[in-house]
Amino acid sequence: MVELQGVSKTFFPNTPNEVRALRNIDLTIDRGSFVCVIGTNGSGKSTLLNAIAGAFLVDEGRIRLDGVDVTRWPEHRRAKLIGRVFQDPFSGTAPSMTIAENLALASRRGRPRGLGLALGGRRRAELRNRVASMGLDLEARLDNPIGTLSGGQRQSLTLLMSGLIKPSVLLLDEHTAALDPKNADQVIRLTQEFVSRDKLTTMMVTHSMHQASHLGDRVIMMDRGRIIHDISGVERQRLRPEDLLARFEEIRRANQLDESAAEMLRQQYI
Amino acid sequence: MTLLVGSLTMGVILSLLAFGILISFRVVAFEDLTVDGSLTLGGATAAALMVSGTNPVLATIAGMLAGAVAGSITATLHTRFEINRLLSGILVMTALYSVNLRIMGKSNTPLPYETTLMQYGESAAKTLFGEQTVLQISGWQLPARDLCGLLMMAAIALSMGGALYAFFRTNLGLAMRAVGDNSRMVRALGVNVEWLTTLALFIGNGLIGLSGALLAQYQGFADVQMGIGMLVWGVASVILGESLVGTKKIGLLISGALMGSVLFRLLVAIALRWGLNPNDLKLITAVFVFVALVLPKFLSRGSRLVKGAANG
Repeated sequence: MVELQGVSKTFFPNTPNEVRALRNIDLTIDRGSFVCVIGTNGSGKSTLLNAIAGAFLVDEGRIRLDGVDVTRWPEHRRAKLIGRVFQDPFSGTAPSMTIAENLALASRRGRPRGLGLALGGRRRAELRNRVASMGLDLEARLDNPIGTLSGGQRQSLTLLMSGLIKPSVLLLDEHTAALDPKNADQVIRLTQEFVSRDKLTTMMVTHSMHQASHLGDRVIMMDRGRIIHDISGVERQRLRPEDLLARFEEIRRANQLDESAAEMLRQQYI
Repeated sequence: MTLLVGSLTMGVILSLLAFGILISFRVVAFEDLTVDGSLTLGGATAAALMVSGTNPVLATIAGMLAGAVAGSITATLHTRFEINRLLSGILVMTALYSVNLRIMGKSNTPLPYETTLMQYGESAAKTLFGEQTVLQISGWQLPARDLCGLLMMAAIALSMGGALYAFFRTNLGLAMRAVGDNSRMVRALGVNVEWLTTLALFIGNGLIGLSGALLAQYQGFADVQMGIGMLVWGVASVILGESLVGTKKIGLLISGALMGSVLFRLLVAIALRWGLNPNDLKLITAVFVFVALVLPKFLSRGSRLVKGAANG
């Protein structure tokens, strides 16, 4: 379960480059829910995920994961509760280390790392089974450096790694955007498989209206650091990609007015 | 023969330096300039203790710990106070110059044979070879105590290399290697990158301090200048080792550093024998590192050109 209360973040405050990336976000995501986050560039989607992951500390508000207040926790401490896959397939794995070593690293996510052997026989066999279950024929290549694999294979492994220890929330930040269509489909298939098998609470940022209307049980649309649409239940089930595109069109029209004019109009007419 | 054994011994002692540089420069990708200072610190600490009558084993361990502390100070300057990596190293290295003078009380401390670890080499030679102090090996003459000194240093270097290899196969060691490979990823996996960087520099400079302590005992004195140029020396050994083993596997990198250090020392000994002016040594070392860094890029560009010509 993810709870955000009044979360705000401003980058470069009091400078000409000031960006109010998140404005007073309230959001509760139930355990086991799969939420797609959409929005235009710069709307705050990735910032929202990074705020939860702890890439920066928020200016205001509270963040709770499974009831634990993590607002002041540094990134590496929150990792215990969070699985992540980034947009860049090269961000999620250590290229010069082998597949097995990368998996071994992930299998102790957020746990103390001592002087125990990282890849003992039993652990290795376990990891081999997990890799084999993906059906990518990578189990024979456990000792190859992960940098020798394709972007799609690396992203699939990153996904596997993020779930080796069940996270309180899985954060997927446009994790298929950098892949070709075939590999993207592959990774989406694995995502569905893992999420439904382990009933993971998931937040997925995506630019694909197709993904947003087919995956998960809830869609959140963001604009200028706010959540402007929150679609779930029956409405979500009827949702088609065209409906989402229409809402984007609305935003585009609204954004043609500048901020202060929009604010004025809102106060006068709404 | 004496020359050969001498340069082998030096190479083995300095392989500990190469291990330290491998950890900071390669494993956690931290360009640590503390080296010239921490090597001298190890030598100075051990020398001062031995002169005042401390057991040489304890003194050597103290030299190692002193180096380790210096390394962790550099890391702390960077991780806590956000000082640039290069500057953190330079600050500590510069400060260590005064510290080393303070520790020794003068710029050079001679170390009589009987006070150092080398005495164990001598007593080992006595038990092994009895009264025969000069060995005849296929017509070459070799003092028995030199051979035992080499074996002792090799044992220390090999055990340290083995310990490092074992460490890098543990959960903690694996995380440390990932810090230099992809720090964003290890953070997302719950690794405290700052703490592991500090630990890496602690271990690395500990080995460098140990190298300095052994070097002082082998050459019979500790000098406040003994660390100058050692950083480049170590980098040269690591690069040479990498080209010898040609992979990124950690076990091979460690053995490569050992081989690179010994080979480099041998090459230098040969060059000196041929009449190279010792004053030019550091210049040559620097040029060697430059060439080793640039050559691979140059070669791959060359082969691309050749391929392009063949295709077009």
